[in-house]
Amino acid sequence: MLKMDRRLFLKGTALLGCSAAAHPLMNSITFAALPGDNRLVVIILRGAMDGLDAIQPYGDPMLRKLRRNLSVGPDNGALDLDGFYALHPRLEPLLPLWQKGELAFAHAVSTPYRDKRSHFDGQDVLEAGTGNDLPVDRQVGGWLNRMLQVMPGTSAETAYSVGVEQMKILTGKAAHLSWAPQASLTLSPQAQMLLEHVYHDDPLFRDAAQGAMQISGEVSDIGKMRGPTADAQALAAFAASRLNAESRIAAFSIPGWDSHASQSAVLGRALDRLAAAILKLREGLGPNWQSTAVLAMTEFGRTARENGSGGTDHGTGGALLMAGGAIRGGHAFGDWPGLGEGQLYAGRDLMPTRDIRAYAAWAMHGLFGIERDKLERTIFPGLELGSDPGMLA
Amino acid sequence: MSFGFPELAAIRLGFGLSPLTPPPADAETVLASVARSGPDPAAMTTAEASQIALSFRAGVVARRSGKPEPPGSKEAEQQLASMPIEDLRRRVVRAVDDPVGFGERLVQFWSDHFTVRAINRVHYGLSMTFQDEAIRPYVNGRFEDMFFAADTHPMMLVYLDQISSRGPNSVLAKRRPERHLGLNENLAREALELHSMGVSAGYEQKDVRELAELLTGLSFSHKGGFAFQQAWVEPGAETVLGKSYGGGRRGGLDDIRAAFRDIARRPETAQYLSRKLAVHFVSDDPSQDLVEAMAATWRATGGDLPQVYRVLVTHPDLASNLRKKVRQPFDYCVAGLRALGVRGKDLAALDRKVFNRAVWEPIRSMGQPWWQAKGPDGWPEEVEAWIAPQTLAARINWSLQVPRMLLKELPDPREMLVSAFGGTQSAELAWAVPKAESAAEGVALILASGDFNRR
Repeated sequence: MLKMDRRLFLKGTALLGCSAAAHPLMNSITFAALPGDNRLVVIILRGAMDGLDAIQPYGDPMLRKLRRNLSVGPDNGALDLDGFYALHPRLEPLLPLWQKGELAFAHAVSTPYRDKRSHFDGQDVLEAGTGNDLPVDRQVGGWLNRMLQVMPGTSAETAYSVGVEQMKILTGKAAHLSWAPQASLTLSPQAQMLLEHVYHDDPLFRDAAQGAMQISGEVSDIGKMRGPTADAQALAAFAASRLNAESRIAAFSIPGWDSHASQSAVLGRALDRLAAAILKLREGLGPNWQSTAVLAMTEFGRTARENGSGGTDHGTGGALLMAGGAIRGGHAFGDWPGLGEGQLYAGRDLMPTRDIRAYAAWAMHGLFGIERDKLERTIFPGLELGSDPGMLA
Repeated sequence: MSFGFPELAAIRLGFGLSPLTPPPADAETVLASVARSGPDPAAMTTAEASQIALSFRAGVVARRSGKPEPPGSKEAEQQLASMPIEDLRRRVVRAVDDPVGFGERLVQFWSDHFTVRAINRVHYGLSMTFQDEAIRPYVNGRFEDMFFAADTHPMMLVYLDQISSRGPNSVLAKRRPERHLGLNENLAREALELHSMGVSAGYEQKDVRELAELLTGLSFSHKGGFAFQQAWVEPGAETVLGKSYGGGRRGGLDDIRAAFRDIARRPETAQYLSRKLAVHFVSDDPSQDLVEAMAATWRATGGDLPQVYRVLVTHPDLASNLRKKVRQPFDYCVAGLRALGVRGKDLAALDRKVFNRAVWEPIRSMGQPWWQAKGPDGWPEEVEAWIAPQTLAARINWSLQVPRMLLKELPDPREMLVSAFGGTQSAELAWAVPKAESAAEGVALILASGDFNRR
């Protein structure tokens, strides 16, 4: 409260003019009760992950006809999971998790977004969690933020947006924190006081500065990560460190999935980053991994057919990866629609058989006890929740 | 406090005020200054970029097979390695020195509109040439010319995978059925969605597909250069947005140019790009009056950019929305350097390591790593995307550390308060600056303030 005292000293009664209760960090001091022990991590895979290559449905004979060089199946190095699906070879580091029941996936999922196949609108819809009833440019605020708004006992610390870029999935009315693993801030007391004065009437700068001043004093150094997956590892290590403290929800993104050409190289590098991030979360969370669910979601899948450049173009149905001790792993979820003539969406894409939001909703229901009604009306407006897929352990 | 058009123009249309040069006197000065932002006559050409790439590649091949590296390959490798930071440096130098800055801001805007990214090092040179060959020559001309130049430039062809697209029924695909050659839709989709009409416009997947077919034939390799390959072309006419192109009457590049011209002049394009310009320069939520005035000029002139800029520069919304926008990290650093009285030649002479600490690393921490926009949609516009705890911390750190890094003697903060804001500063800032414990903290307060970070 030292900071507030200084402000009182500085501004005197002017403080009465601003709403102290609305300040994100005041909330964290006032209502420090934690919303239970479970943890949710959402990783947004930007650029559209090819679900048919990451998790290969090699048991469908059409796959081989549509793709000659991609999704090569267990005969060519992919890792058989259950006799129908195989894991891309670059996800091999995650195979032990599958075997231990800490890794699962749902195939043929999508958001309600259809047909224009724009990454940017697709990601906006995925993070907004809304349906098609609103034009894309009118959708504001993310679904994780709307969950915070209905969760009892939350504070700004409950949710962390990790990384330099803004995560739309967490934007909205509920306070949350954001920080990048590499960030730092050291100010003299006088400079801090004067900056607080200068920012006082500008809520955007005032709140960001308050966050920076508090967080920079709290976070611990996660150490230096190396190699091509260093960025993803740093995001995961930082997220884990906050989840081990008071945070229960973290979101970050991994870019680089847009494999229009030379997919084996592009997707391989992206899968390396995803695998490294998941393993780093597991390592960093230690015993808390057992109460954690990780959802790795992408804006849409890619074309069922390989294109002329050894890649795939923007599609519709994709795959959702799930990991963590809170996940009932070692299972393939979702109904397989088939890849045959007449089974594809618009004759080109994997047909979605379930709304990806249903999985996120059931995860929130199981982890944080969010009621069905709130999930279908407030958090994911227009979602038909359907039956529980049972993907939590 | 009173201020006039010159201060407003410097802050909102340029890179802020400078103690070294007076702000532009009027709208005519602002508009005339854009002509200065043409290509650098000494800039690298695509042919030179390819020479460097080939030389580097020859070295890699030699190394792999255990042979001695051919002469020049090491130098080429070093040149490539320094290109991203040297590209940033030359951009900062031009922006810092330009007395008005509107032209350089437009270069930044259009370069972002046509975002390219060299993922492989061999294409770094193309990324350098893109701006001098595809953006700068047209920034004060017609949009259709920039649209065509940008979307057929080798860097764009590489970035959006056009070089691997083949007509499924082309001569080549028929001759080599075992290669399963086919279309790549990436460039065609972004040409409509991002570069011209906008995603909300009424085009369909069929238009994307047919435009992709029309674009077959565009090719580039470092060895062969830019070429139109008849053997890659999907035969027959293509119908894009209800108009038919190709089918043998004129053929090749001319058909593509005709399609781009028609798309550039469509009302959806006028609307989408007028709004985008207004969002960038005026407000995240610009008035319909401003957007419609710009779009009407666009439609009436067939996308003559200087006339569209004129509407923007002379509209009353420019004044009424002061400080509604936040300077993006590149703009912020340039504005900071200008306010500190740093000159382009000082920056050009800086040791690369110092420039790295002064600009390259800071803009990365502020959320805008140079040459690394996440996707072809470029950088976000909303103020919320740029000011968060981690990114504001990076701006505050810049304010505290970089002035001392670059200047032997810091400016007097009380004088800087006048020279950097020209009367637009808030009462809070004017109150706080004289109370700083040191000149360094006073300068930092100015540069870290909302007044300075906003425009």
